[in-house]
Amino acid sequence: MSFAYPGGIDCDIHPAVPSLQALLPYLDEHWREQVAVRGMDELASIAYPANSPLTARPDWKPAKGPAGADLVRLRREALDPFATSLAICNCLYGVQLLFSEDMAAAFARAVNDWMAKEWLDRDPRLRASIVVPPQSVERAVDEIERCAKDSRFVQVLLLVMGDQPLGKRHYWPIYAAAERHGLTIGIHAGSAYHNPPTPVGWPSYYTEDYVGQAQAFQSQLTSLICEGVFNRYPNLKVALLESGFTWLPAHLWRLTKYWRGLRMEIPWVDRAPTDIVRSNVRLSLQPVDGPPTSTKEGRDSLLRIIDHLQSDELLLFSTDYPHWQFDGNAVLPEGLPPDLIRKIMIDNPLATYSRLALTAAKEPVR
Amino acid sequence: MSRHVVAAARDIPPGGRKLVTVRGRPIAVFNLGGAYYGLLNRCPHQGGSLCEGVLTGLLQAPRPGEYVYSRKGEILRCPWHGWEFDIRTGQSYCDPERIRTRAYPVEVAAGQTVVEGPYVAETIAVTVEEDYVVVDV
Amino acid sequence: MNVQIRDIQAADPAAGSRMAIADGDIHPARKSDRELFPWLAKRWQDELAGIGQRYRQPYQSGPAYPKSQPNAARRDAVPPGGGKPGCDLPFMQRQHLDPNNVALGILNPLGAGQGLQNPDFCAAMCAAVNEWQIAHWTSQDSRLKGSIVVSYEDAPAAVAEIRKWAGNPNFVQVMMLSRTGEPMGNRRYWPIYEAAAEAGLPLGVHAFGYGGHPITSGGYPTYYIEEMTGHAQCCQSGLTSLVIEGVFARTPALKLVMIEAGFAWAPSLAWRLDKTWKTLKQETPHLTRAPSEYIRDHVWWTTQPMEEPEPREHLLDTIGWIGWDRLIFATDYPHWDFDDPATALPLRISKEQRQGFFLDNAKRVYGVA
Repeated sequence: MSFAYPGGIDCDIHPAVPSLQALLPYLDEHWREQVAVRGMDELASIAYPANSPLTARPDWKPAKGPAGADLVRLRREALDPFATSLAICNCLYGVQLLFSEDMAAAFARAVNDWMAKEWLDRDPRLRASIVVPPQSVERAVDEIERCAKDSRFVQVLLLVMGDQPLGKRHYWPIYAAAERHGLTIGIHAGSAYHNPPTPVGWPSYYTEDYVGQAQAFQSQLTSLICEGVFNRYPNLKVALLESGFTWLPAHLWRLTKYWRGLRMEIPWVDRAPTDIVRSNVRLSLQPVDGPPTSTKEGRDSLLRIIDHLQSDELLLFSTDYPHWQFDGNAVLPEGLPPDLIRKIMIDNPLATYSRLALTAAKEPVR
Repeated sequence: MSRHVVAAARDIPPGGRKLVTVRGRPIAVFNLGGAYYGLLNRCPHQGGSLCEGVLTGLLQAPRPGEYVYSRKGEILRCPWHGWEFDIRTGQSYCDPERIRTRAYPVEVAAGQTVVEGPYVAETIAVTVEEDYVVVDV
Repeated sequence: MNVQIRDIQAADPAAGSRMAIADGDIHPARKSDRELFPWLAKRWQDELAGIGQRYRQPYQSGPAYPKSQPNAARRDAVPPGGGKPGCDLPFMQRQHLDPNNVALGILNPLGAGQGLQNPDFCAAMCAAVNEWQIAHWTSQDSRLKGSIVVSYEDAPAAVAEIRKWAGNPNFVQVMMLSRTGEPMGNRRYWPIYEAAAEAGLPLGVHAFGYGGHPITSGGYPTYYIEEMTGHAQCCQSGLTSLVIEGVFARTPALKLVMIEAGFAWAPSLAWRLDKTWKTLKQETPHLTRAPSEYIRDHVWWTTQPMEEPEPREHLLDTIGWIGWDRLIFATDYPHWDFDDPATALPLRISKEQRQGFFLDNAKRVYGVA
């Protein structure tokens, strides 16, 4: 099925750092030297093994190097086919996985400067997330302050599995800075691998790792809600990226049920988790973790799940380029009603990323 | 509405509670420092016996980490799932508009007035010397 | 202060007319550890009194996250004579089994030594708890059936314990806890699954345990509500592992009952597994069918704590996707998040669905007539 939706806003694409060498011009001299002297390897995360079919859709995989590293291809493969007007770049280079907070801060800075120069400057449709070093909240805030001046940065990027649950007060200065600057908090699939990638340890297969991202998102949502992040930062928007979304209703049923009996433990949470999600949390479309929509039964089931979400404002269009989540141009599951499609493609992204409207007004989109 | 004598006042001392049945309804009667309250003894959630619940204060927080404790003893937690109810109104904390258990007015009446009526005292023998707990149903 | 004047709980006259049900999750407790002494060697009696029970958790007694109620129990489940909720069979009969017309009650003993660090102590405790289930429970009330608790981190010992009891009608399943040291599909556990299948017993995986990993893959959370909610994620990870690492493919006779983890997450997990498997198939040639098919054929869920969507009818979709034949009603008596059979499923469903949900599914999976 061919699909193009003029004006659509793709909330999750992944320009790739082609190699560590590409970041060298953006590193301070002493870090440049460290890279050479220590013989540092790439910081590509094992969350996306380079040659795994999921990491790069076969027709999007270049003969050499990582998929998503070439702007020309990205335009041709991710933007043009869908008539995308704006796309948010989430760079997954493994900065968050380092143990040295100084090194992480240096690489985060390099990635952001590289992103601005190599991507944002070269295509007016592109926006980006600020990569921060969660190893140091202080430095993460510094990086937010530094990048926030550039309105093409619309989000702060965190990984769904880090050292501590993301709702912890430890991280709050990051949320304060994000709220202050109208930046969304984007929580993306992936791990620092400082904790086992499942609550029961390290699985044998990559398939389990990837499936397990959904459980990590569930836990982080629990944490953000229970710790009171949205009570403290009521205007904060959190986007769950590459998270799947069909798990959300069941998770909220469970959490809301427990909240009714256990809310005395978290008395600041003064409304049901379901309501908090509706006002503050959004989820990207791909991967659609629902039933295949090639049959009527599948389409009906997906519509039931969307009904269980009880809001048409939660989902954000995403291709997850270059990850292999769909074939051809079939980025939208079949059978969605037109009103919902418009919300997913345009209205919801605009409502989630307040900075998109800012930049869109200032810099006409071609 | 009619007024039902359900117990002698000394049978429900301060801090005490008693499950009574009035016109077929199980009602949990609480004595909170001399003031009496009555709630239908059935949690609207799954039917837990509220009479077996613990009385706590109301814990709120204007901001995460700032605990404000008030109304000691006025919040009844269902013995099963811990849903909280205002002992004065029967309203739930989690969804006060929609989820509540019925509250019944309870007061203490002197034996003299109880004997004179109009009270219903089906199961309690009444004397003028005693004070009685009376529930409006 | 809570002065309590307890009215006698009158027998419910309607109980007799209520439909007979199965309860897939009842927690018997012991009055004291001395109840186990007849089956514990002196060495282990001394160990209990001496170094004590060491799990992968911080406190000598009591949980890392304080519960919301004492012993995580219903406040009305304390026996009149005192002791832990669940330790007094006559009171359990009076409060739960009789009025709720429980025809089949599955015992899942917690605090049974599963997860103890010392592997020999763990095996000894499990063996004693199995004897204790017969002596104190199943021989005293024929409605009750036991679960063979095993030292699952030490597969050979677990297998020996399963073989010891295979064929004994007092037991209807093998029990593990969900928070294992490695994901459940890891091959170190395979002999346990083979032994359970060989004995014709389902494997019951009950939420909780002591694997030593944070309950989230992003570190230790702060609150008890997070831990409780997290058991669902933990069980999703365990089930993912069982499917993807090929346990069902290799042990086709294995039946799995997920206990006290909720169930509404199952369809989403199955869809996600299928989608990911399709993309990454080359990695798992040992899987000959889609993950959802293994789940459909091998997995049952106990229902408590029942998810409570609003509107409740959303649950009809969810159960439809899972299969009405796959859910086993459970109360979790005497614990605080107990589900009452009279109110837990406020949905208009067919007689057959109700019968399966409340009784027949359990009878079928546990092979009880």
